[in-house]
Amino acid sequence: MSSGLSLAHEPVTKVAHGKLAMWIFLASEIMFFTGFFGAFIVLRNSNLELFSHSAAELTKGYALLNTFILIGSSLTMALSVLNLEKGNIGKFKLFLGLTILCGFGFIIVKTIEYTTKFSHHIFPWTNVFFSFYFLMTGFHAIHVIAGMIPMTFMFIKAFTKKGYNHPVKVETLGLYWHFVDLVWIFLFPVLYLIFPAH
Amino acid sequence: MQSATAHAHETLGHDSHGDHAHHHDVSFIRKYVFSTDHKVIAKQFMLASLFFLFVGGLFALLIRWQLAFPGEAIPLIGNILPDTWVSDGAVTANFYTQLLTLHGTVMIFYVIIPLAVGMFGNFCIPLMIGTDDMALPRLNMYSFWLVPPAGLIMLTGFFFDSGAAAAGWTGYPPLGPSSGAGQTTWLISLFLIGFSSIMGATNYMATILNKRAKGLEMFQMPLTIWALFITAILIVLGTPVLAAAISMQLADQYLHTSFFMPDNLLIGAPDNSLLTGSFVQKGNELLEHKQLLGGGGQPILWQHLFWFYSHPAVYIMILPGMGIVSDVLATFARKPLYGYKAMIFAIMAIGFLGFIVWGHHMFQSGMNPLLGTTFMLSTIVIAVPSAIKIFNWLGTIWRGNIRFTSANMNALAFIATFIIGGLSGVFMASAPVDIYIHDTYFIVAHIHYVLFGGALFAIFSGIYYWFPKMYGKMLNESLGRKHFYWSFIFFNLTFYPMHLLGVGGHMRRIYNPYIYEFLQQYQPLNQFITVAAIILGFSQFILIFNILWSLKYGKKAPRNPWQANSLEWAAPAHPGHGNFDTDIQVYRGPYEFSHPDRETDFYPQWEKPKDEPQGDEKAVPETKEHSQSA
Repeated sequence: MSSGLSLAHEPVTKVAHGKLAMWIFLASEIMFFTGFFGAFIVLRNSNLELFSHSAAELTKGYALLNTFILIGSSLTMALSVLNLEKGNIGKFKLFLGLTILCGFGFIIVKTIEYTTKFSHHIFPWTNVFFSFYFLMTGFHAIHVIAGMIPMTFMFIKAFTKKGYNHPVKVETLGLYWHFVDLVWIFLFPVLYLIFPAH
Repeated sequence: MQSATAHAHETLGHDSHGDHAHHHDVSFIRKYVFSTDHKVIAKQFMLASLFFLFVGGLFALLIRWQLAFPGEAIPLIGNILPDTWVSDGAVTANFYTQLLTLHGTVMIFYVIIPLAVGMFGNFCIPLMIGTDDMALPRLNMYSFWLVPPAGLIMLTGFFFDSGAAAAGWTGYPPLGPSSGAGQTTWLISLFLIGFSSIMGATNYMATILNKRAKGLEMFQMPLTIWALFITAILIVLGTPVLAAAISMQLADQYLHTSFFMPDNLLIGAPDNSLLTGSFVQKGNELLEHKQLLGGGGQPILWQHLFWFYSHPAVYIMILPGMGIVSDVLATFARKPLYGYKAMIFAIMAIGFLGFIVWGHHMFQSGMNPLLGTTFMLSTIVIAVPSAIKIFNWLGTIWRGNIRFTSANMNALAFIATFIIGGLSGVFMASAPVDIYIHDTYFIVAHIHYVLFGGALFAIFSGIYYWFPKMYGKMLNESLGRKHFYWSFIFFNLTFYPMHLLGVGGHMRRIYNPYIYEFLQQYQPLNQFITVAAIILGFSQFILIFNILWSLKYGKKAPRNPWQANSLEWAAPAHPGHGNFDTDIQVYRGPYEFSHPDRETDFYPQWEKPKDEPQGDEKAVPETKEHSQSA
């Protein structure tokens, strides 16, 4: 009686379970960062002067570099998915490795940036702008690291005898990675670029 | 994935052999502790939440004792509690505020939400959409296993010198961020349970969208599933905002940021004689930093962020109950649910409006009054979809062939109490009235009519309704009725008089109201409420006894004990891993009761239409005129 049951049929929406759940989770993530952006807007409006002075002290160069690194990593992530789907295992590994490298690059630049701030006696409690700066970029960096963990896992597995052949999982991780990239695209102008010119 | 499915099918064959049939397949730990089976996870949610229900209930009774007999020793336990909590056996003021805070937090985050969403979401969704398990069973397991540590982290606060969180369940700054370690455990605990909620809700949505049985359209799903679906959307979009706010309050506490702490705050001024001890010490630190600052934060910002989640959270708690009640009422009135689509659109409307009304908690917070007016209007509009639901429920039972089972009586009680709670809600939605009754016992009466009278009665109804499918045993009806009558009567005796206290000006969180002369006249009423509350609390042991007794001696449940239509009743009486022993094909909606062409008064979703041959003894004799060619 147990044979022939087909309860676990194809997904009704034709989107794999994990991928669908990732889209829903990303909606949740958007709201998480919206909480910060919303609070930022409110407190910026009540402290305009302070926010523009403080924003001028951030190093746009580091942020620009990190923007290129992250956008580049999104490209390599997409290419690695594409190559895994086509079965080009070599290129899949190459591009996934490059994505991980970009992630490390981002974290290193971020660390240098934070250290420079600390050496200039700028800390999260310095003022409310820097509170936002450290908390928002900090949470973003945690998201970058959280994405790199399963990525590294897949990368290492790809070199085992069995290899790694789950294009949908890599694609799902890619969705997350592009989202993290997108958050940065918002953080960069909001924190570093928007302030009245002096 | 494939192997897991194959495994599910393999174990499915053992169902009929009972509970312990596939011990050889799965270890005890995997089967009962770290299980990925949605039904086991639902039972775990039920167990954990019922535990917290009694913890939160105990807190409530301690609060009630203080209000009725301030300064008198608590009976039985007063003299064995540690000195940090009681003096001469009576609750101290400090401990009272901790109890108040944790009663609210535990009941909301560890009782109602895990019961309504965690337990019924897990149990009902896969069964009622006719599938074997959740879309992502492992994620489901993680979402449960965050709950016990999160709850225990919060309760550890009681054992700190500075005590548990005492800033109220809303944790408003500046009180929140400037309190001690108890507040930290509160924040961390809420962050964890929020994460658990999001993981669960993501899974529910993916499951409902992706795993419906063959032929089951969205608009053929039972109301319980629809309500849980909309609830999941609220969780996914609301909870992360609370997480962001919690992170900011934690930063205010430990990184001395000032998101919610205004500039030049007086807390911690060395000459402030109101503050003592370590509080001042910590405050001094804050003040030093503040003097360096150019800009400060806004306490109201926390309120906006907090209520942006916590108002939808009210609907997270009540919507599943509304779904359960719809199913229970239709089944026991033996009538189709009145206005099926209107009910669904009403849930959607409530869900949507729920996101744009949070400001009605803040009429008294110094918010712009013009903003208050928009929040007032949007709040009052919620009465429209709520009324649609009430009238449709009444339409459902109107002239029905009503069966007064314990499940149905709890569902009827839900309607009655929800009307009272809903109407007092309209009072408070109106800003001018709210200014008078804000922060009084009127609010306490309202929230308990909605959450205890509403959500919890619906949850009881759901427990009585689905217990046979959960455990394969029927609950004892006579004990069920006793539990219902005692709960319903003493619930009303406890909470109805609170309206009167509130209108009389009795403050909501006050430790000893009788220091005010005008409140002294309310002590007898408070004593009456306390006696009723104690009986209400002890009545709940009838439910626990009923569950334990029925598990051992209960009648064996048939497959479809209530003669209901939805898909969970197609599963075996006590389904094993994999749920169903037949393929599920859905032919119709879930509310085809008393169909005029049928001999039986129900027409299950999975039953083939009679013009197709089927080897079922329930098939009605072949007739030509049944075809719906009208």
